[in-house]
Amino acid sequence: MSAPQITPTDTAVGAPEDSGPPEGPRRERPRRDRDGSHARNYSPGFFAKLALMAVIDALGVYVVWSAWTAESYGILAASAAMLVAANWVYFSKRALPLKYILPGLIFLLAYQIFVVAYTGYIAFTNYGTGHNSTKEQAIEALLVQNERRVEGSESAPLTVVEDGGTLAFAIVTPDGDVEVGSAEQPLTVVDDATVEAGRATEVPGYTVLERGQVLQRQEEVTNLRVPVSDDPEDGSIRTPDAMTGFVYTSTLEYDDAADTMTDTTTGTVYTPNDDGQFEAADGTTLAVGWRVAVGFDNFVTAFSDGRYAQPFVKILAWTFVFAIGSVATTFLLGLFLAITFNDVRMRGRKIYRVLMILPYAIPGFLAALLWSGLLNTRFGFVNEVLLGGAEIPWLTDPVLAKLSVLFVNLWLGFPYMFLICTGALQSLPSDVMEAAKIDGAGRWRTWRSVTLPLLLISTAPLLISSFAFNFNNFTLIYMLTGGGPRFGDASVPLGHTDILISMVYQISGVDGSAPKNFGLASALSIVIFVIVGTISALAFRSTRKFEEIN
Amino acid sequence: MATTSVSAPVGSAGSSSGGASGPEGRTRMKPGRWFSELGWRHLVGVVAVVFSAFPLVYVLSASLSENGTLTGSNSLFADVSSVNYAELGDSLFWTWMLNTLVIAVATSVGTVLMGAAAAYAFSRFRFTGRRTGLTSLLIIQMFPQMLAFIAIFLLLLSLGDVVPALGLDSKLALICVYLGGALGVNTFLMYGFFNTVPRELDEAAKLDGATHAQIYWTIILRLVAPILAVVALLSFISTYGEFMIARIVLTSEANWTLAVGLYGWVSSLREANWGLFTAGAVISTLPVLALFLYLQKYIVGGLTAGSVKG
Repeated sequence: MSAPQITPTDTAVGAPEDSGPPEGPRRERPRRDRDGSHARNYSPGFFAKLALMAVIDALGVYVVWSAWTAESYGILAASAAMLVAANWVYFSKRALPLKYILPGLIFLLAYQIFVVAYTGYIAFTNYGTGHNSTKEQAIEALLVQNERRVEGSESAPLTVVEDGGTLAFAIVTPDGDVEVGSAEQPLTVVDDATVEAGRATEVPGYTVLERGQVLQRQEEVTNLRVPVSDDPEDGSIRTPDAMTGFVYTSTLEYDDAADTMTDTTTGTVYTPNDDGQFEAADGTTLAVGWRVAVGFDNFVTAFSDGRYAQPFVKILAWTFVFAIGSVATTFLLGLFLAITFNDVRMRGRKIYRVLMILPYAIPGFLAALLWSGLLNTRFGFVNEVLLGGAEIPWLTDPVLAKLSVLFVNLWLGFPYMFLICTGALQSLPSDVMEAAKIDGAGRWRTWRSVTLPLLLISTAPLLISSFAFNFNNFTLIYMLTGGGPRFGDASVPLGHTDILISMVYQISGVDGSAPKNFGLASALSIVIFVIVGTISALAFRSTRKFEEIN
Repeated sequence: MATTSVSAPVGSAGSSSGGASGPEGRTRMKPGRWFSELGWRHLVGVVAVVFSAFPLVYVLSASLSENGTLTGSNSLFADVSSVNYAELGDSLFWTWMLNTLVIAVATSVGTVLMGAAAAYAFSRFRFTGRRTGLTSLLIIQMFPQMLAFIAIFLLLLSLGDVVPALGLDSKLALICVYLGGALGVNTFLMYGFFNTVPRELDEAAKLDGATHAQIYWTIILRLVAPILAVVALLSFISTYGEFMIARIVLTSEANWTLAVGLYGWVSSLREANWGLFTAGAVISTLPVLALFLYLQKYIVGGLTAGSVKG
């Protein structure tokens, strides 16, 4: 507190630049600027900020530009808004708190708040296999998928060429021109190509593939589809033998004005229905549909469709049993051990403690995988060595699998509870204990009426978080049992040890093991959000966590 | 906390022989009394240690077993060879390890920087929307990010069309997703701790002409170092073992993290790959274990700091 520097405004001009250097290593943070007046006196911190903002702005402009070219207007608007906000915050005098909050806030908005809201939106659509995209894309996909070789259509001599790994076809048109196109790029005329014996042998910008190379990539070649033009109705060039190209056109025809799809072979007319599919008069639908809002259909399906409703009830019940059971067992064991080791006279407590909390230091996924091997019915260590060759189906019997999951979670979780109970026991106020002693309370009475209530109060918030964590303990379930054993009757891949989150994962089909059903899975996610949110809110309110904000 | 004579091998020796063993402590007790006061604690301790450590002993032994199959790993330390560890070199294990470390370190550094900055703002500045902000964070905290995995997948799908580095199959994108959870989870833990640093310190510094940035970087951050260590560690550990989102985001094998890769080994060829998996497991446990033991006192302090307030 040196005397000459009295008022903050005075010192603000001189002091900061001089005392800047000590913070050297962390200089690069954007929020390193001064408030208002400092931003305008050119301290090293200011230039650091300027440089950082320049980089951020450059990246931001790049993103905005890419979004423009990719025609993703949502991303364009969001990134532009973020860019403007960042510049305003870091160059304004009035946004001091935001300078510290903004970086985290942007990530929070994009990757947490937006995705939760987006989940809510998807829950009301039929997004999933068969309804993946917009209507325009669905029409295009339908036209492409229904392409057939037109009988008696023209054929052209074809050469397989490649451009940096991308396969392309070069064909010679009846006029003698050479046209080249790839899967992405419709046919375009290429000048200066060499044609020998009616076949293109050299194409500028492309390498002609040898016969052997073509054979190696045979499948790729026969699957390649080169659009004739930008309009999918013009069809495409394909080749069955890498020598001749045939024009394939779609058997479907889309009528823009009437918004109908017509099958040219049968004459059936398909009209769009409310489910986002083209439907004929007799009720048959075309395979590719598009996303539409379906209202509460997904929620109705989750609760009333026999395929989902029954497993859902069972899984919901088991999720609660699992989450509560895990918290209860780990807490009781942890508490018991904490009491046992809470005696200063006991020697070697440190060693016991280190060895005991080892499971907590093992990444959860490793522990689950490890136990899945240990509990293996035929070869596992537990059956073969500890139980002398018994074949107990630890992970494949419905009841035993549930017990095993709880047991493994006990192994994983008790050290944590041991740690927090130890901490809580040691921070109990000693005056209360003394008061109890003076009042003549015995050991048991003190424990029951003083220690335990105090302990529960201080550990309650952590027990609630532990509950919320286990409620969504996907890793353990997925890696230990994979949700199995499967329900006997279900046509959906769900099992006895599945919890809600793993059920959502299976139904969503993101890992490719089942048809995708993003809409239904999101609806179930929302249900879980509601359950977890309600429980946490009630619990936190009762522990008066809200009061802490003041 | 610390016992004065850790070196004395009381641990196993004393308890296995139970009450029969004489008291070795400073205070002399009758064997019976010794057992009822302290001996049973050692008994419990040994049981607990066996319970928690035997799977770890097993995994070490299995990783050293020459055979490499699940059933061949059942006799502990029957043979000791480094075959499995050598074989890791032929797989993508080390790539996964590097990916995991990069992702986990980046996430934990980012989490600490952003969480601490936000906690500082909430703890030290009074501004409109502060209360709302804190309440919203508390509410957001209740909605785990992983539940929105479908929306994350779709978001990255569309972001990838614009900027491939932020789309699917990019480590940077995964880090960004993890950082999305940085504020919600940790700000409260830090906020509480920041509040315990007396405001008088800031005010004194302010009078001396320090700016808010100087106060933050040179005064506050040093005083809250323990909570920073806790948050960094917890974030590192949870990112290190995160599976669900990593599995969805990282599609090509060379980008996988350990959790995705090792799961693949075990789930595809459980019996045959066991030796390889256990060797990988031992190695991938080491960084976390080392950090954990090294920062143990912070963790215990940090966990209970969060709890004792209620």
